[in-house]
Amino acid sequence: MVKLTSPDQLVSYREKLQAARKQDKPCVAICGGTGCRANRGLEVARTFRNILKKKLLGEKVDVRITGCHGFCERGPLVVLLPGGTLYVSVTPDDVEEIVTASIEGDSIVERLTYQMPGTKKRVSRELDIPFYANQQRLVLAKSGKIDPTSIDDYIVVGGYASLAEAITAMEPDEIIRWVEKSGLRGRGGAGFPTGRKWRACRQARGYPKYVLCNGDEGDPGAFMDRSIMEGNPHSVLEGMAIGAYAIGADQGYIYVRHEYPLAVENLRIAIDQAQEYGLLGDNILGSDFSFNIRISRGAGAFVCGESTALMASIEGFSGEPRAKHIHTSEKGIFGKPTTLNNVETWANVPVIIDKGWQWFAGIGSENSKGTKVFSLVGKVKNTGLVEVPMGTTLRHVIYDIGGGVADNRKFKAVQTGGPSGGCLPADELDLPVDFERLTEAGSMMGSGGMIVMDDRTCMVEVARYFTKFLTKESCGKCTACREGLLRMDELLEKITCGRGCAEDVELLEEVGVYVQTNSMCGLGKTAANPTLSTLKYFKDEYISHVVERRCPAGVCKELTTFRIDGAKCRACGKCIKSCPVEAITGEKKVAHIISQDRCIKCGACREVCPFDAVVAP
Amino acid sequence: MGKVLTIIDGKEIEVERDRWALDVAREMGISIPTLCHHPALQPYGACRLCVVEVTKGKGNWLAASCDLPIREGLSIRTNTPEVIKSRKMAIELLWARAPEAECIRKLARELGVEKPRFNLRDDLGKCILCGLCVRVCNELIGVSALSFTMRGDERKVRTPFDRASDSCIGCNACVAVCPTGHVVSVDRDAVRYLETWKTKLDMVRCEVCGRAYMSVKEFEYIRAKLGEQTFLEKVCPICRRLQTASRLEGVATNKENIECAVNWHPAHKVGSST
Amino acid sequence: MKHKKVDEIIDKYDGEKSWLVMILQDVQQEYHYLPASALERTASRLGISLSQVYNVATFYSSFSLTKRGKHLIRICDGTACHLRRSSNIRDEIKRHLGIEVGQTTADKKFTFEAVACLGTCALAPVMTVDHEYHGSMTPDKVRRTLEQYK
Repeated sequence: MVKLTSPDQLVSYREKLQAARKQDKPCVAICGGTGCRANRGLEVARTFRNILKKKLLGEKVDVRITGCHGFCERGPLVVLLPGGTLYVSVTPDDVEEIVTASIEGDSIVERLTYQMPGTKKRVSRELDIPFYANQQRLVLAKSGKIDPTSIDDYIVVGGYASLAEAITAMEPDEIIRWVEKSGLRGRGGAGFPTGRKWRACRQARGYPKYVLCNGDEGDPGAFMDRSIMEGNPHSVLEGMAIGAYAIGADQGYIYVRHEYPLAVENLRIAIDQAQEYGLLGDNILGSDFSFNIRISRGAGAFVCGESTALMASIEGFSGEPRAKHIHTSEKGIFGKPTTLNNVETWANVPVIIDKGWQWFAGIGSENSKGTKVFSLVGKVKNTGLVEVPMGTTLRHVIYDIGGGVADNRKFKAVQTGGPSGGCLPADELDLPVDFERLTEAGSMMGSGGMIVMDDRTCMVEVARYFTKFLTKESCGKCTACREGLLRMDELLEKITCGRGCAEDVELLEEVGVYVQTNSMCGLGKTAANPTLSTLKYFKDEYISHVVERRCPAGVCKELTTFRIDGAKCRACGKCIKSCPVEAITGEKKVAHIISQDRCIKCGACREVCPFDAVVAP
Repeated sequence: MGKVLTIIDGKEIEVERDRWALDVAREMGISIPTLCHHPALQPYGACRLCVVEVTKGKGNWLAASCDLPIREGLSIRTNTPEVIKSRKMAIELLWARAPEAECIRKLARELGVEKPRFNLRDDLGKCILCGLCVRVCNELIGVSALSFTMRGDERKVRTPFDRASDSCIGCNACVAVCPTGHVVSVDRDAVRYLETWKTKLDMVRCEVCGRAYMSVKEFEYIRAKLGEQTFLEKVCPICRRLQTASRLEGVATNKENIECAVNWHPAHKVGSST
Repeated sequence: MKHKKVDEIIDKYDGEKSWLVMILQDVQQEYHYLPASALERTASRLGISLSQVYNVATFYSSFSLTKRGKHLIRICDGTACHLRRSSNIRDEIKRHLGIEVGQTTADKKFTFEAVACLGTCALAPVMTVDHEYHGSMTPDKVRRTLEQYK
């Protein structure tokens, strides 16, 4: 039983661990993030353990299940430490070969390494792969290396040193000044200056004070916070503890959406361990500072990502936001002064204390400091988690790291900020990822979801998708958001089903602006962004839908007809196999034909055709 | 609390800090429409009819005045083109939601809306989700028989499980505050039917005139509030006034005042037996 | 219905009404849905109105007030899955089982739900059956996967 009652004890404990663990002991680090788990990642880990045991290597080689490595497209991921060889798309059947070749032997299993597109060159070291080489991983630095269920793993790489430093060598006011000068802004979406938030809460009157962590991550397509909570939960706890000390709080809650059971589990284990070690709870590291964290789960409501709704949920109510004329730093949860920050924001705090505010302020752009984690998804080659300095261009993220558009199709738009954000066209690809710049362009940073869309994405349909989502997620309290979104959804439904007219498009914009300016809370205020941004940049598509009655992307079923171009068709039969309703006929060497009577416009044939012979003219 | 300076429609005034902008504006004689506001309840900010344009420093935005606390440096304008446009859209949306609600149509015409440009709903009755019924039952009566349920476009006021309520005391406060008449209650043969909530309650009969005047549950509720030992007469308000009037007859100097007090409700004249 | 299990859950949270959401989640985990009597017991034990409990039980989408089928099918309706045509997967499930999202089959074998995002975007479009993930779904794969559970 370890109980650390002074910073010195933490230091000597760390040194002891470092000495006991041989730095170059081989370790197989297998990604245990939800994505890789869903793809048999745990089975891969089990197979490694079994085979190593069978070969009597169980003591000599560690098998460690880590948090998300980030390169989700190529999961399950296996990294051989300390060398850093990365194997991708590993199945349990591949394990034996890896052990024989790379653990017992000294060679690389070429077929399981990453292959560069274009040159087809094989790259075996993780850091040489463009996906990783082009990133700057600060928050995610430890995620793929440590076992998130082991506090020792976190301590041995320097964990909790920042907390020790903060509570023994720094004054609360000094910590807040560091955070202010670092330029850290909220990573959850709005980008409010973190230091300013902490100062307001510190100055507020009331007891007890609370620090909260927003782990609701409701944006579809965003899983940055999930991977931080799953993969490095202690970084969040440490950040919250430092914040609590600076603000004068002794109670904390982490609000996690219930769709993340692994995150809840790993956080719970981390809290228990930290308490056991004296790094949380009463008299942390033997000081006067006490801080307790509890986990509260969401129950399926996107609106609970909004601060006042989140607090209402923790208080046992439904997630109805309130107007924020009185700030939550004054009167927040249970009517007390509260500081709510996002998971990624908290995870940045130990980094700032460790490396100094000047170092942090040296990264990023003028008004957006530090790095940002993005979940790069959609029609992109390298789906995964990406961390880059603020100010990096969208182009760099999507092309240099993301590898460009999937299937080499044409880039059409990138959506940032989830349902609260907007879609930006190709002309905006050189926009730097920066709070102000993205907002000026009609989108927003949001929590970090970055969704790539190609020429087979209908932007009107995208607006309809997000609007429908928001109609169901709105709490329904205020007329503007509830009724406004409902009518916008109706109009978008009309337009995408081929029953719309030009007046509908005008009315849609009018209602959108109304919702934006009249809604009570952040959800409503940003809910029209997907519609307004697509109207701004893709008006021609809306016109096509209502005037020509045609969906240029071939998505909206009533406005699409799929035909096979006889000139391009090679009669390979792939489309026939893919059709769920047997609407395609054709024999070898004869151009295939789609029966319009049977066709349900699902587009499966177009997806599988290697010759682009299926067209939607 | 202290006083602060604020400017409303160009006029500078000093008010108590944190007073609601709507109240201050109305005291100044400024007319602002509301639907979900009630002086006896906490402001809710749902209907968005009372929006005003707020300026503070370089910031400029629209906010509901009913729950906007007056603070230093706040400047408010209640009838700019932006405000008028917003109120029109709010009432137009509510009209489309509850086309049968006459008061909504009336307010819409006052605000300059000819007819809604949206499909009229016919499945929601006259409810505009102002929440007054829920809030009065919760905050004022303290019975909490009603609540909002679901969310977004499916939000609806219901009793638990959409069944007859066990908690409802039949006080009809929800009927009294409903701005559109969506909440209805009918008394028939000494039974109160709160039709909107599928609840029916037996009523108490007046020992003097025999009229059913209050639900049994409300009677018990009031008695409980006053203390179980309290003797509460089963006498309806009219008969009680008549009793009081007759007791004052001997000592009153102004008979007209007594008649006024007794005949306070146009439906009930002295001597009537309904 | 005995209150024992519900009482145990409420005791675990010290009968503190602010834990209402978590209490309801644990109750649902126990019974696979939220029985009316459990909600009544919860209100009574926590000292809050039944209408507040009902409000919370109907506000959050993870709660179900009706009994669910033996197998829970969920499709991810997140943006990445949507772009990769999760609507086709939904239509195929609909066609195959004859139920819409939010419904249960007549033989009580399957309940079909949609979730806003499961966070496994690299496997889009994703479907889970009883929390087991099935990624890169196609209409064809839907048929084959569901056959396993029939």
